[in-house]
Amino acid sequence: MKCQNCQEKATVHFTQLENGQMNKMSFCESCAAAEGIMDLSGFGLADSVLSAGSDETKGSDNGDQCPGCGFTRSKFQQTGRLGCSQCYLTFSDDILARLGPMHRGLRHLGKHPEGFTGDAFSERLLAECEERLAEAVAAENYEEAARIRDEIRQLSQTLESVPTSSEASAENGDSAP
Amino acid sequence: MMRFSTLLKNPADWMANDDESNSVVLTSRVRLARNIAGEPFPGWAKKEERVAVLERVRGEVEALPGMKGAFSHGLEDLSSVQKQVLVERHLISREQAARSEGSAAIVNRKQTFSLMLNEEDHLRMQSIRAGLSLTKAFEKLSNLETELSRKVPFAFDGRLGYLTACPTNVGTGMRASAMLHLPGLVLSDEVGPVLQGVARLRLAVRGFYGEGTESLGNLFQVSNQSTLGESEGEIISRLERVIRDVETHELNARQRLMENDPQMILDQVGRAYGVLKYSHIIASKEALNLLSLLRLGAELGFFEKGLRRVCDLLLMDIQPAHLQLHTGKKLDAESRDSIRSEIIRGRLQTLEPPAINPSTLKERKDSAENKDE
Repeated sequence: MKCQNCQEKATVHFTQLENGQMNKMSFCESCAAAEGIMDLSGFGLADSVLSAGSDETKGSDNGDQCPGCGFTRSKFQQTGRLGCSQCYLTFSDDILARLGPMHRGLRHLGKHPEGFTGDAFSERLLAECEERLAEAVAAENYEEAARIRDEIRQLSQTLESVPTSSEASAENGDSAP
Repeated sequence: MMRFSTLLKNPADWMANDDESNSVVLTSRVRLARNIAGEPFPGWAKKEERVAVLERVRGEVEALPGMKGAFSHGLEDLSSVQKQVLVERHLISREQAARSEGSAAIVNRKQTFSLMLNEEDHLRMQSIRAGLSLTKAFEKLSNLETELSRKVPFAFDGRLGYLTACPTNVGTGMRASAMLHLPGLVLSDEVGPVLQGVARLRLAVRGFYGEGTESLGNLFQVSNQSTLGESEGEIISRLERVIRDVETHELNARQRLMENDPQMILDQVGRAYGVLKYSHIIASKEALNLLSLLRLGAELGFFEKGLRRVCDLLLMDIQPAHLQLHTGKKLDAESRDSIRSEIIRGRLQTLEPPAINPSTLKERKDSAENKDE
C-alpha cells in the first residue's frame, strides 16, 4: 500500500471515527508526522495497550456484573434496585434511561457533604468510556470503537440536554387547579 | 434508653396539636435516605456486612445529642405487635417491620426523629412535625444528618448526589410529605379534580390508610416524587405551595357546603356522633370515616373546643396493633371491633351533641365576606 500523499510505501495506517463513519488513511512515516498523526499520546494508547493484558484476568465482563459488588444487570432490571454505589457506574446506561422520566433533572442541586471534593459520576463515566475507546482502537477493533464513540456522544447529549429545574418548573406552570 | 412502654404511653406532640391553623394539614414528614460510602446496600449485602454497618452506625446515632436517651432496638428484639404499633405511628415503614436481625429502629424521646437502619438503604432518617411545617422538619433533620455525616461518610457523587439503593431516591434522597384531611372536598365531590391537578405536577397523592387508591377517613398524603435536579428547598417550597392551594380549596368547599346546605352537614356530623357514641361494635374503616366527620364538625364549630385533638389521638389509638397492645392480648377481628368501640365511647362520654351555633356561623360569613373585598 502506498502513502496517500506522496506514493512512498505506507507504514502508518490511521483509522479515524467521525460521526460513526470509519475513515481509513495510510501514510508514509514522514507524511504521517506532517499530519500530526504520529503523536498518539493524546489517546493514551500505550497505557491502554499495557493494561489490556491485565484486564483479561477479569474474564468476559461485558458490564453485566458490577465489579464492586457482583450485582447483575438482570437483577437491576428485575427489581429496580442496585447492589452498591459503584453499580451506578456499571449500569449507567440503564440507569440514565430511567432517571429521565423519574426526576426533574439529571444533576444533583441539593445538599453536599461538608468539604466534598470528589469527582462526579459523569466525569468518571466519560473517562471510562474514553479508556474503553482507546482499548478498542489499540486492539484495532474499529467497529467496537465506533460503537463506543456513539455511546460517548449519546451520553454527553443525555447528560447535557436535560433542562435545569427552573426550566422544568416553568414548563409545568406549578400551581394546583 | 427509652423503653417501648414509655414510648407508647406518651403520644407525640405531632400526633395531636391544638394549634388552630393546623386544621387541614395534620402532619408534615421529611425523610432522607443515606448509605455508607463503600458498603454494599442492605438488600444485596451479606448478613455479616449488614450487621457490621448496623453496629457502626447505631453507636454513632445513639451518641448524637439530639438522640439522647432514644428508643433503640434491633428489629429481632421487637414482637410483631410492637413493630406494628411503630408502623401505625409512622415511626417505621411496613418494609422495615418485616425485617429482623441486622436492622434497627431508633426513635428520639419526643418521637420527632425516627431512624431506620438497614431498611432499603443503610439509613432512612425521618422528621415528623404537626401541621404544615416541611421547611422546619427538613432543617431539623438536615442538622442531624450533618452531625452524623461527620462520623460516618455517606455515599455521594458530585453529579448524582446521595446514592441510594433505588434510583427513584437518588440525589437529595428526600421524600417530603404531608397528611391532609379533606372532608369538604370529598363531600362536595370535588376531591377528584383537585388531586388529579396535584398529580399532574408530578407529586404523588395517595389515600393515607387503606390499600391502593382507597382513602379512609378522608385523609390523603401528598409527597414529592422527583429527588434529582432540584434542591431540597426548591422541592419543599413547590410542595408547600401546592399544599396551601389544596388547603384553600378545602376551606372554600367547607364554606360553600355551610352556605348551601348546612342541614346536610349537620345531619352527617350528627349521624357520626350518634354511631360513634352509642354503637358497641365498630370496624376500623367505619370508625375512621365517622371520626373524619366528627373532626369536620369540630372545625365548623359544632362542638366545644378540644374535640379535634380527641379525634386525632383516636385515629392512632383505634388501629389494630394499638388495640392489641391496649388489651395486652391477641385479638380476633370481632373483639377488636368491640374494644375499638369501647375506647371511642369512653373518649366521647362527655361530648354534647352537635349544633350549628348561629353566632359562629354569622362570624364565619362575615370574615369570608371581608376576605373577598
